[in-house]
Amino acid sequence: MPDTNQTLAEYSVLFVLLAGIVYVVAFVAFAWDLIQNSRTTATVQAASTAAAQQRVAVGAAGASDVVYAAGYDPEDRAERPSTAHIAAAGTADDEMKYSGVRRQAARVAVVLTGLAAALHVCAVVMRGLAAGRVPWGNMYEFCTTGGAVVAVVFLIVLTRRDLRFLGTFVIGLVLVMITAASVAFWTPAGHLVPALQSYWLIIHVSIAVMSASLFTLTFAMSVLQLLQSRRERILAAGTKDSLPFMRMMPSALSLENLAYRINAIGFVGWTLTLMFGSIWAEKAWGRFWGWDTKEVWTFVIWVVYAGYLHARATRGWTGTRAAWLSIVGYLCVVFNFTIVNIYFSGLHSYAGVGS
Amino acid sequence: MADKTKKPKKSATADVKSDVALPKLGFRGMLRWAWRQLTSMRTALFLLLLLAVAAVPGSLFPQRPTSAAAVTKYISDHPGTGPVLDWFKLFDVFSSPWFSAIYLLLFISLIGCVIPRAIAHYKAIKSKPPRTPRRLSRLPQYGTLEIPAEQGVTPAQAIKDAAAALKARGYRVDIRDVDGDRPSVGAERGFLKEVGNLIFHTALIGVLVSIAIGGLFGYTGQRILVEGDTFVNTLVGYDSFSPGTNFSSTQLSPYSITLDKFTVKFDRESKAHYGQPLDFNAQLTTKDSPTDPAKTQTLKVNDPVSIGGTNVYLVGNGYAPVVTVKDGTGKVAFQGPVVAVPSDGAYTSLLVIKVPDAKPSQLGFVGFFLPTALQDDKGVAYASDPDPFNPQLDLNSYYGDLGLDGGAPKNVYTLDTSKLTPLNNRDLKAGGIVLAPGGSYTLPDGKGSISFDGIKRYVGLDIHHDPGQASALIFGVAALLGLVGSLFLSRRRAWVRTGVHPDGRTMVEYGLLARGEDYRLAQESTNIRKLLAKTWALPGESVAKRGAKAQDKDQPATTATKDQ
Ligand code: HEM
Repeated sequence: MPDTNQTLAEYSVLFVLLAGIVYVVAFVAFAWDLIQNSRTTATVQAASTAAAQQRVAVGAAGASDVVYAAGYDPEDRAERPSTAHIAAAGTADDEMKYSGVRRQAARVAVVLTGLAAALHVCAVVMRGLAAGRVPWGNMYEFCTTGGAVVAVVFLIVLTRRDLRFLGTFVIGLVLVMITAASVAFWTPAGHLVPALQSYWLIIHVSIAVMSASLFTLTFAMSVLQLLQSRRERILAAGTKDSLPFMRMMPSALSLENLAYRINAIGFVGWTLTLMFGSIWAEKAWGRFWGWDTKEVWTFVIWVVYAGYLHARATRGWTGTRAAWLSIVGYLCVVFNFTIVNIYFSGLHSYAGVGS
Repeated sequence: MADKTKKPKKSATADVKSDVALPKLGFRGMLRWAWRQLTSMRTALFLLLLLAVAAVPGSLFPQRPTSAAAVTKYISDHPGTGPVLDWFKLFDVFSSPWFSAIYLLLFISLIGCVIPRAIAHYKAIKSKPPRTPRRLSRLPQYGTLEIPAEQGVTPAQAIKDAAAALKARGYRVDIRDVDGDRPSVGAERGFLKEVGNLIFHTALIGVLVSIAIGGLFGYTGQRILVEGDTFVNTLVGYDSFSPGTNFSSTQLSPYSITLDKFTVKFDRESKAHYGQPLDFNAQLTTKDSPTDPAKTQTLKVNDPVSIGGTNVYLVGNGYAPVVTVKDGTGKVAFQGPVVAVPSDGAYTSLLVIKVPDAKPSQLGFVGFFLPTALQDDKGVAYASDPDPFNPQLDLNSYYGDLGLDGGAPKNVYTLDTSKLTPLNNRDLKAGGIVLAPGGSYTLPDGKGSISFDGIKRYVGLDIHHDPGQASALIFGVAALLGLVGSLFLSRRRAWVRTGVHPDGRTMVEYGLLARGEDYRLAQESTNIRKLLAKTWALPGESVAKRGAKAQDKDQPATTATKDQ
């Protein structure tokens, strides 16, 4: 077993700090973008609203006719109410593809996020090299590594879809994670206890962290979806816009659809987490499932997201209710990674003695 | 499930019922109604969420199967609420009637849901692609192509070409009206999506059944094994044994395991984690049966040894000081290693020695084994390191009736001192017994002597036999594959229709429809367009132009599909 390299470990801490500073600036830039965009979009609001409503009306009429003419049997599909999308220039559209409009603040924010994420990944790698193992063996490492994964996943998704409107949220969350790591969970770099010395640690935990970071994105989307659908209802009723900054967000329906796609991937990831976890448990403790606290919560999360996927196919449960399930699922994830790790005793207590 | 399609049927049966109005049918109707409720998508969702909620108390309260002692403690600490919680089975959540009821209902619902869907899907696979809609232009994806008159492709030929192209792309195709004015082809693909969904749900049943089989025919047992000792796989060989409901002792295969040596490595480099264990390693000699040749094997944490259909796990370890106790008559009344139970990271280990054979009175010892003993300011010894740098035994001694002769089995790790007379402890004049290896001590009042001869290590072994494990894994993998297929495959329908323009061009129009969630339908539409253009070698330029036009048109329709 190689020695722990303390110098490298100290550099890792320094890089986490640097990344944190850059994240703060990126956060401010994202927030600035939100404010600025909401102002500019206000001016083009009226015209595009009319256009969008007309567009949706045409489309909806066309489709519903065809559905039956073609013998399409919507079987398990729930009937969706068509939501008028209040589109506006410079906002992410329904497909969340990039529009041509330049958003200076958002660009700066993305570049800064990239820089911060690079520093952050360096910190994580250094920590791993310093300890001579994968950098996810205790709460400090779960949080720092998890935060880096969230940032990187966000950047990867950004290359395909314009989710910059999620920036403040995601970066805010990463900041919370690294702050919690540094303040509450600080642990010096060291070796792993025998219970964690297994290649399953690499497979099981990395997939868990990646799924959790996908759930983080969908959590944000579901929260925005709830706000947006409330706002859409208010606007449809002809009342004054109560959440003007939501103007630049996509419609509730498109938020829901994208969240669904990402949640589907996250769910497969979580299924793998659960399966690999039970294979590891079989190797380590001689039973693949024993309702240990951590196992209970992994199961609860899995069932909640299965419920979410079902809800999306159940009449009366799409839209707002599904969004709530997605949110509840994520709260369970957070609970599992924090409260359960810290306060609940069980076989998964990572600080324990290996006997 | 299928709220929407079932709806008309439901009202139809209701009509029939009110016409006939027979009480007999009423009961069967009720049953059918109940069954339909149970197998509805809404009930499935409700039961799923209920299952999630019901699992939570299993993490809030200690559970008997994993921590029986914690449950006993919880109940005695909370005399008011404890028994009530116990009555509600909150300490046995996962075997409680209510938890079982939820998952059994869920699985009945699942079976009731999967079977009709499987039948319906089988029929769908057998039947022809759906008929061509009158106006393809209303489909969410739509486009047109034209084949110049010079190419001489008739509408009938064009439709055959289109069908071949779609077939090559994995669609099932059906040509209609080949000889008519407006021949068309209907095509469908993606049946595997629903197959995946059915496999996923069916495999979940498989996983549950496998777990049940493990519970019925499996067994688990524990054994503590000191260096040099041998475990033989028979019922008497176990310290504790919990068989499944249908277990029979003839299932035990007659293997044996000897612990030759157990080594532990602690972290000596890191300051922060100094003394944290790094490696546990048990050297074993195993024999598959008394007549088989001996093999040497290594057992580690996370790395069980498989033998005789069981897996053997390393789940604990500690020190077993070797002691000799002589009684008042000078005879050796006890000799051997005594298993000491570690209670912290420095292996402060509790031990109990019972010497029922001692004469004239039985002897008992309770105390600590400290691998590296140090003294605090008050002169109390404590363990400062898990390695045996300065081993020490600190014991109190008693004499009297150990109470072992009455039939009830006694825990070997505890000594009931209430009926015993103390011989040695800190408060008596004689003081406690403190021994280093090689040391010996003569008990007061001529009761005998005790000597500390050496130290051995022991391991705690968990031995498991789970016949459901392999099938649980197989079903688990099947569920995963089914899930991926179900979530990421798409079921699509495509139609192509052709006709002749008065000026001799052959006009081609096509449309696509997704069944369910499908955000890649537009991409598929583009691909089909390219495919068709290639079939008739249409110039790329016109493809691009038309493509852009189709894209414009697609925009509103795509938004609308999501509304279904
Ligand atoms: C053991 C409990 C169950 C679990 C864990 C579960 C899980 C899931 C999951 C994860 C999905 C989405 C992935 C996929 O489409 O394959 C799904 C879909 C589906 N489930 Fe279940 N399910 C359960 C029970 C049931 C029951 C009882 C029914 C019938 C009443 C049912 C009917 C369906 C249907 C129709 C879909 C397809 C929905 C769609 O088109 O997206 N499931 N289920």
